Amino acid sequence: MTTTPLRTSHTTDHLDLLESHAIFILREVVAECERPVLLFSGGKDSAVLLHLAVKAFAPQQLPFPVMHIDTGQNFPEVLTFRDSTVERVGARLVVAKVQDSIDEGKVVDPGEMGSRNRLQTVTLLDAINDNEFDAAFGGARRDEDKARAKERILSFRDTFGQWDPRKQRPELWQLYQGKVNPGEHVRAFPLSDWTELDVWQYIQREAMALPEIYFAHERDVILRDGMYLAVGPFVEPRDTETVQRLTVRFRTVGDANCTGAVLSDAATLESIIDEVALANVSERGATRADDKFSETAMEDRKREGYF
Amino acid sequence: MQVTTKDLLRLATIGSVDDGKSTLIGRLLVDTRQLFDDQLDAVAAASEKRGVGDLDLSFVTDGLRAEREQGITIDVAYRYATTPTRKFIIADCPGHVQYTANMATGASTADLALAVLDVASGLKEQTRRHLCIAALLGVRSIIVAVNKMDAVDWSQHAFDRVVDELQTLSRELDFTSVSIIPVSALLGDNVVEASNNFPWYDGPTVLDALEASEAGAWEHTTTQGARLPIQWVLRQPGGGRTYAGMVNGDTLHVGDRVTLLPSNVETTITSLNFGGDELESATVGLAADVGLAAETNAGRGDLIATAPLPRVTNELMTTICWFGEKPLVIGQRLRLKHTSKVTPVRVKIINGVIDIEKLDIDESTSLNTNDIGLATLQTADLLVVDAYRANRVTGSFVLIDEATNATVAAGMVGHASFL
Repeated sequence: MTTTPLRTSHTTDHLDLLESHAIFILREVVAECERPVLLFSGGKDSAVLLHLAVKAFAPQQLPFPVMHIDTGQNFPEVLTFRDSTVERVGARLVVAKVQDSIDEGKVVDPGEMGSRNRLQTVTLLDAINDNEFDAAFGGARRDEDKARAKERILSFRDTFGQWDPRKQRPELWQLYQGKVNPGEHVRAFPLSDWTELDVWQYIQREAMALPEIYFAHERDVILRDGMYLAVGPFVEPRDTETVQRLTVRFRTVGDANCTGAVLSDAATLESIIDEVALANVSERGATRADDKFSETAMEDRKREGYF
Repeated sequence: MQVTTKDLLRLATIGSVDDGKSTLIGRLLVDTRQLFDDQLDAVAAASEKRGVGDLDLSFVTDGLRAEREQGITIDVAYRYATTPTRKFIIADCPGHVQYTANMATGASTADLALAVLDVASGLKEQTRRHLCIAALLGVRSIIVAVNKMDAVDWSQHAFDRVVDELQTLSRELDFTSVSIIPVSALLGDNVVEASNNFPWYDGPTVLDALEASEAGAWEHTTTQGARLPIQWVLRQPGGGRTYAGMVNGDTLHVGDRVTLLPSNVETTITSLNFGGDELESATVGLAADVGLAAETNAGRGDLIATAPLPRVTNELMTTICWFGEKPLVIGQRLRLKHTSKVTPVRVKIINGVIDIEKLDIDESTSLNTNDIGLATLQTADLLVVDAYRANRVTGSFVLIDEATNATVAAGMVGHASFL
């Protein structure tokens, strides 16, 4: 038993709607919060976020700085892209270094080859406190991980920077409210409803620049724990590992020692979109060692205050 | 395969705990191949670890540690699916009464509700409650998956009994489109694949019904006036200003006569822009910015409108879903956020509480946690409102606790038609 509903025509497609929704969120948070900041890693998601922020406030300058949490284990191509992009849009760049947190004795140095991924949380929370930021925009998407799938667009953090998934603020309609008391802050995720494919299609539509490591290139890699890691200052081959020169690209950009490359010939946006549309393995599953610690690795890190 | 233009349909799953909402969404995602291999492997591993069989499909959306331990959904999980012509945003909502605020969060932006109920237990109080909240939130179109048909031997008699109950309630709640489908989320019958177990049923599968539904119903308004609540003022090079906000209600064009409210200044649109580019018109849903002919001191919280104009008032008759831990009482002071306007507010009268079972209004002078009631509010500043029934953007608001900044209520201007 069915009654047939009416279809209506639309002049805007899903990318237009996602774009406008993100711009709406950016403006709402800037209007409601005193000192917002945009977290910018140089990866594709934060590049899209910065692009949207520029559109949201054009023709004015960005009304907030951008901040990079620098683990000191970056791909050099990504740092180059970070600096050229920030200069092009005329934003103020704040760099918070994990090395400083190590030097101050706040976190323990995991050693030259160890992952600094989890240490970033301390650096991030200190930088938010020191700069008195009350809102931090992030490029996280809900399709990345099952804990992120549960998070509000404006996600409240207490004075310890913690996320409590059992006590999230109801978030009705498009009434985003970001007011916090001193010492607390909100994380705002304007790309929450975007998927990996949406991000790539948008990058293509807007003819955006990205770090070269997203596109297929030849590189020396080793196979470790099922992932191809780029040989370089942060990854040295062990005795049992063989260096291979392969055509690869990166699907995500994290630290050089925990972000895996995927075998790919996709050297253009068109071919990347085709590849993403047909992928059998998720973005983080394919490339991120940091999510493989346990079933709820992302939830545990988010509770502590991670991105 | 360059996939380009798609429309966007937002849906929320509703229904009581244990009737199979998360399992149905898991099944829908698995059978339409929206899940990656590593995600499926992770679901299989988690199922084995907790001794719940080969593949507990509810683990696809129940991603929190506590949810998997308790086997329930605590908060909304957002999942995404695409077909050649459509992107779906799926809000998988919790069923427990204590998580009603989270359910309302998921349903408040939905074009459509996908209700799931257990054929054996029929229409439980919690299912009625969710259908009622969905109707209050303006959802007009529902798909009902009558689940666990495998457990009643695919009985048409069992299905028909539930259909009768559902049709009665749907009429009472004024749903305009209702599809009722017998399914087994566990086995996959009639979710994506049509089933041979129902020789007596020749209607759509859940996926068929989803693909045939109207996208963008959320933005649909019954009054034709355009609305643009001003979020932010942009200074243009050369000294002019434009007013940024999302277009709602109707398309705006350069040259349109508009009224700035609450100041009631009539003027003309001189420019429309998006991201620094000039436009001739701006459609509903676009985050545009608007130039006006008149010199004004308009700012955040003001509204640009075309006729028929909204109402300017500081006293509102409202329907309220109360989520606060302590009861809402007469005289209570809170903060109210409506479009881009935030103002102090006082509860003037509590007009009653809704009896979900009878769809009547009982007398009451307070609202308890998760009660839905009617209240008259007095605001410090003037608000520019439409009835929620006419416009979901200018008819909705939230109430905020002044001390903790927590959102403690969802509010709608006016009353639902069925009350």
